[in-house]
Amino acid sequence: MQNQDQLNELKAIVQSLLDEAIRQGASTAEAGLSQENGLSVTARMGDVETIEHHRDQGLGVTVYFGQRKGSASTTHLSPEAIKDTVAAACSIARYTNADDYAGLPERDLLATEFPDLQLNHPWAIDAEAAIAIAIECEDAARGYDPEISNSEGASINTHQGVHVLGNTLGFLHGAMTTRHSLSCSVLAERGGNMQRDYWYSVARNPLDLESAIHVGQKAAQRTLRRLGARSLSPRQCPVLYAAEVASGLLGSFIGAISGSVLYRKSSFLLNSLDTQIFPEFIHIHEQPHLIGALGSAVYDSEGVATRPHDIVSNGIVRSYVLSTYSARKLGMRSTGNAGGVHNLIIDPGALDFQGMLKMLDTGLLVTELMGQGVNMVTGDYSRGAAGFWVENGKIQYPVEEITIAGNLKNMYKHIVAVGNDVDLRGNVRTGSILIERMSIAGE
Amino acid sequence: MALITLAKQAILRPSGITESEIDMIMSRLLSSKADAADIYFQSTRAESWVMEGGIIKEGSHNIAQGAGVRAVSGDKTGFAYSDRIELPVLLEAAHNVKAIVRQGQNASAGLTLPAKWPSYYAPIDPVKSLEDRQKIDLLQRVESETRKLDSRIEEVIVSLVGVHDHILVAGQDGSLAADVRPLVRMNVTVIVVQDGRREQGSMGGGARNDYRYFIEQDRALGYGREAVRQALVNLEAIDAPAGNMTVVLGPGWPGILLHEAIGHGLEGDFNRKGTSAFSGRVGERVASELCTVVDDGALPGRRGSLSIDDEGTPTEQTVLIEKGILKGYMQDKMNARLMGVKPTGNGRRESYAHAPMPRMTNTYMLSGPHNPEEIIRSVEKGIYAKNFGGGQVDITSGKFVFSASEAYLIENGRITRPVKGATLIGNGPDVLTRVSMVGNDLELDSGVGTCGKEGQSVPVGVGQPTLKIDGLTVGGTSV
Repeated sequence: MQNQDQLNELKAIVQSLLDEAIRQGASTAEAGLSQENGLSVTARMGDVETIEHHRDQGLGVTVYFGQRKGSASTTHLSPEAIKDTVAAACSIARYTNADDYAGLPERDLLATEFPDLQLNHPWAIDAEAAIAIAIECEDAARGYDPEISNSEGASINTHQGVHVLGNTLGFLHGAMTTRHSLSCSVLAERGGNMQRDYWYSVARNPLDLESAIHVGQKAAQRTLRRLGARSLSPRQCPVLYAAEVASGLLGSFIGAISGSVLYRKSSFLLNSLDTQIFPEFIHIHEQPHLIGALGSAVYDSEGVATRPHDIVSNGIVRSYVLSTYSARKLGMRSTGNAGGVHNLIIDPGALDFQGMLKMLDTGLLVTELMGQGVNMVTGDYSRGAAGFWVENGKIQYPVEEITIAGNLKNMYKHIVAVGNDVDLRGNVRTGSILIERMSIAGE
Repeated sequence: MALITLAKQAILRPSGITESEIDMIMSRLLSSKADAADIYFQSTRAESWVMEGGIIKEGSHNIAQGAGVRAVSGDKTGFAYSDRIELPVLLEAAHNVKAIVRQGQNASAGLTLPAKWPSYYAPIDPVKSLEDRQKIDLLQRVESETRKLDSRIEEVIVSLVGVHDHILVAGQDGSLAADVRPLVRMNVTVIVVQDGRREQGSMGGGARNDYRYFIEQDRALGYGREAVRQALVNLEAIDAPAGNMTVVLGPGWPGILLHEAIGHGLEGDFNRKGTSAFSGRVGERVASELCTVVDDGALPGRRGSLSIDDEGTPTEQTVLIEKGILKGYMQDKMNARLMGVKPTGNGRRESYAHAPMPRMTNTYMLSGPHNPEEIIRSVEKGIYAKNFGGGQVDITSGKFVFSASEAYLIENGRITRPVKGATLIGNGPDVLTRVSMVGNDLELDSGVGTCGKEGQSVPVGVGQPTLKIDGLTVGGTSV
C-alpha cells in the first residue's frame, strides 16, 4: 500500500462500480471500497504466542431507483464481481418500497476541500521487532510485583487502510489512514483470589504510543489495586466515573440524540433540541479536523463535509447527530454524522483526579462497567461495576460484584463536575465525571 | 451430494485452486517443524431485509470468501488470511505463518480429520428457499398482523436474515473435511406508547434451517405477539428493588446465566493458561447436586449447532458439570493437545479471517425434579426474571452480569407486579452452589444468541429449566 497509484487504481474501481450501477438502470448510486493490511503479535510469559498477518478488502454499493434502495457488498474486486454485486443490489431495489426520504446527500453538503489531517503514519516494523516490544511490555508488567501471578500477554497491532468513497453526484475521494496499538493484560493473586486488568495505548502515529514499559507497569498497577475487592451493601451515594469509563456516559448521550433513534421515537431524549439536559457548565462539541487524532475525518460515511460544531452549550442541546436519511425524516439537514461522531469533546473543569476524589468526598469511584444494561427508550440504567470505595476524598478499598443504577436523564442533569484528567486515547475525550447520586446494589 | 463435493464446488471451483495446490501450500506450512497446521476455506452468502415505518426499507446482499492458514508449534500460533483464494497469495501467507515455528515435532498423525461424521442440518440455501416476493410478503404480513394487536403500538420493525455458509478444512495429512451451514434469523421489535410513557419489546428466533422455519408453527407471527406482550408489560413496570435476594429464572433464554457465569470460564484456553476462576478445579463441587450442565453442538437444527467445528472435529455433547461436580472443559485442538485431553468439537472461528479458539455451541442445564409453580410458591420475597438482554463475564475474578428485560416481584409465593429491567450480578464459581430448586421444564432459547470473545462473534444457543437461586444481587434503583 505504497502510493498514489494504488489510490488511483481503487478510485477507478469505485468509479466503475458507479458507472455499472447507472448502466444497470439505477438513477443514482453510492459506492465504497476499502483495503487493509495489518500485523498483530502477542507475547505471553516472556515468549511469542501468536503472529497474525491481516489482509482485508471489501467493496459495497447502494443503488437508488428513484426512491427505492438496494445494497450489496463483496470481498472480490474483479470486474465480474463488480457486475454481480451491482446486479444483486439492483435486484433488491426491485422489492424495497419507495421511501420519500431515501437518496444521496444534498450536493451542497458534500466535502469539497480535503486538507491533510495527517492520519497516515505507517509503522515500518516486522514481526520480530514487534515481538521484542511486546515482550518488553509484558516483562515490565510481570516483573512489577511478586503478586503478579500470570498473564494474558502483551500485544502489538499495526494497521494501514485505504478507503475510497464515491457517488453519482461526482464525489470521489480516498485516503490512507493508520492505527497502531500496544496493550497488556496481567493477573494478580492473593489468598486464592485472582484479579485481572489491562492497559493500552493507541495512536495514528507509532511515535505517539506510550512506551512499552509504561503500558506494562500501568497494567500491573491496575491489576494489583483490585486485589482484596469486596462488595457493598445497597445504598445511595455519589458516583465518580473515572475518565476511561466516563466516555460511555457521553456515548449513551450521543446514541440518544442520533437521528436513527429519534425518528423511530425510540430515545429517552426525544424533542430535546434547545432544551436543558445538562447543568449550565457543560459544553460538548465535535472537532473532526484535529491533526492526527483517532476520530478525525474530513467527511462522513456519505461524503458529507464534517465541521466543528457545538452539540451542547450551557447545558442545552444545540444539535442532533444526523445522517442524510435521518435528517430528512426529521425535516432537518445532515450534520455530517453518518457513521457517528468524530472527536467528541466535553470541556474539562478545573479539578484534577485528586481534586475530583476530594469533591466526591464519600462515595463510589467506578473504574470498570459490565454488561449492556442501558435502555435507550426509557434512559433506565443498571450496570455491573467495579472500582473503589472512597471516604473523605481518600480511596479506602477496592469493590466488585456491585451494580450501579439510575436514569440517564436524571444522571445528566446531576453532573456535579468534569475533571481535567482527560483520557485522550479514544474518539470521545472526557475527564472523570462526578454524578450527585446513584443507587448501588451488592451483597 | 456429499458435503465435500458441495464445498469444493462452492469454494475451490470459482477460485480455480486445485487440491494439489492445496497440498503445495500445506507442504510450505509444514516445511519447518510444526505440531499442527490447517487451511480453512470459506465462502459465505448472506442477505438481510428490514421492514420499518410500514415499508420494506432496506435490503442487502453480501458475498465473502477467503482462506486462513495456520501453523501451531507448542502454544504458539502463526496465522494469516486473505480474501483472495489464489496460490501465490496463500503460499506467501504460509511462508509468513511458519515463522512462528522455532521448535516442535513434525506434525503428529493424531490430528487428522475424520472420514465420516453425522450432520445435524441439511446443506440447504436459505436465500433461495423462498422467492424474494415471498420474503417480502412474509415481512409485510408479520408487520401488519403485529400492528393490529394493540392500539398503543407506535412502531413495528421486522428484520429477516439468511446465511448460506460453505467451509472446507484441509488437514496436515492432505485430508479434507467440509460443512455447509444454513442459518436464518427473524426479529420483531415494537415501540408502544401510553400516557406519554414509551417502552420497547423485542422477540425473535432462528435456526440452521431455511425461511420456511418461520412460517411453520406460526413462529413469525408468534414473535410479533411476544414482542407486543413484553412491551405492554413494561408499560406497567415499577422500579426494581436493589440488593441481594432470591431470584427465580424462567426457562429457556435466561440460560444466558450459564453461558456467562460458568460457560466462558470453562473454555479450554483460559484453563490451560490458568487465567480462569475455574482453572484446576475439575472434580470439585462447583454447583448444587441438582445441577447438570452440558455443551452440545450436536442438537439438530439449533442456531448454536455444528456438524463439525471449524477445525473439522465432529461436535458432541460435552458434560461440563454433572450433579454439581466439574467434569471438564470445552476444547479446540491446540488446547486439548496442550492439556492432554481430547478435543470436544468446540474449536470455532467467526470466519476465515479469524483464528479458531474454544467457544460454546448450545449450553444448557438438564431438567430437575421441581414443578415450576412449586418453585414460585416457595419464595416469600424475590424476583422472577423471564427475559434477558445481554451479559458479560470477567473469567478471572468470576464476576458476571446479565440484564433482565422482563421481570416481576414475587411476594408471598405469587408473581405480582412487573419491575423495570435491571442488571443481575454474581460470582460464577459460587452462583450455582446456591441453586436450591431446578424445574422439570427445560427449554432451549428461540435461536437468537450471539456470543462475543476477543472480537469474534459466533452464533450460540442457551437453555435451562426454571431455576431458583438463593441470593443474587439485583441492580434496581429502589434501595
